[in-house]
Amino acid sequence: GWPGSGGIRSGAAMDLFGDLRRMNKRQLYYQVLNFAMIVSSALMIWKGLIVVTGSESPIVVVLSGSMEPAFHRGDLLFLTNFHDDPIRAGEIVVFKVEGRDIPIVHRVIKVHEKGNGNIKFLTKGDNNEVDDRGLYKEGQNWLEKKDVVGRARGFLPYVGMVTIIMNDYPKFKYALLAVMGAYVLLKRES
Amino acid sequence: LRKNVEDFTGPRERSDLGFVTFDITADILNGKNGGMFSIFDWNVKQLFLYLSAEYSTKNNALNQVVLWDKIMLRGDNPRLSLKDMKSKYFFFDDGNGLKGNRNITLTLSWNVVPNAGILPLVTGSGHVSVPFPDTYETTKSY
Repeated sequence: GWPGSGGIRSGAAMDLFGDLRRMNKRQLYYQVLNFAMIVSSALMIWKGLIVVTGSESPIVVVLSGSMEPAFHRGDLLFLTNFHDDPIRAGEIVVFKVEGRDIPIVHRVIKVHEKGNGNIKFLTKGDNNEVDDRGLYKEGQNWLEKKDVVGRARGFLPYVGMVTIIMNDYPKFKYALLAVMGAYVLLKRES
Repeated sequence: LRKNVEDFTGPRERSDLGFVTFDITADILNGKNGGMFSIFDWNVKQLFLYLSAEYSTKNNALNQVVLWDKIMLRGDNPRLSLKDMKSKYFFFDDGNGLKGNRNITLTLSWNVVPNAGILPLVTGSGHVSVPFPDTYETTKSY
């Protein structure tokens, strides 16, 4: 027979609470998976861009004012690095000096190419008085194809400022990540 | 687009150094669609103009050297009339390929910098061929 009415009520309440707790756990797992999926998709898009453009870093942020007034600190550049694209005077290239991690965005002002395709070139920032030889490695006078990250094909102003701020103020970066994480985890699918 | 030049060469540290003087008369217009309208539309922030010399030598199949450049902002006079300009940058060859080189092509090109979007590189339609003499100049009359 049934237990007393009070017993039914508490039994039902227990079941309800149990359901709630189970649902929250499931909901949580679901949200985490959702979040992981968004992160994976973003990574896949980025990798896809790397493949399509041929550049290891298809989107870069301008870090200095050496290309003003064309580009300012915080502008975003879109690069391609097709193997068959020859390097020519006047092009804007993004390169890395051997041994350094920071990409530099400057213009090609001299090109010497041999018949076999071997190219050496010199760069200079539009806003700089002198060419980049002072920036290259000790004893290095020219850049080669292997130093090139990509050629600037398109640009968006200001958008890259976010990454510069996050770099200069790490607290801002963590706050932003926390807000994003909270939003994604707590968002309810209707 | 017209350029006139006169020149002489001198060797420095085993590499040829060329001196070029030139005139530039240019009208930066875009003649598309059968009409003449300015290349400076709403999305053009500036033009980066540059004069480059292109030539072949024994050492290198292709050489390009930027001799002069100028930034032309939207709002600046789009007509250039420069006379007797000296090259802004040293015209060093990678070796001794300027002496007696009969075929140096000077071209005016420009990089269109938009407010946002694609960065095209355009080459002007006029270009001038310049020969360098067979002997070096020893007098520093530059």
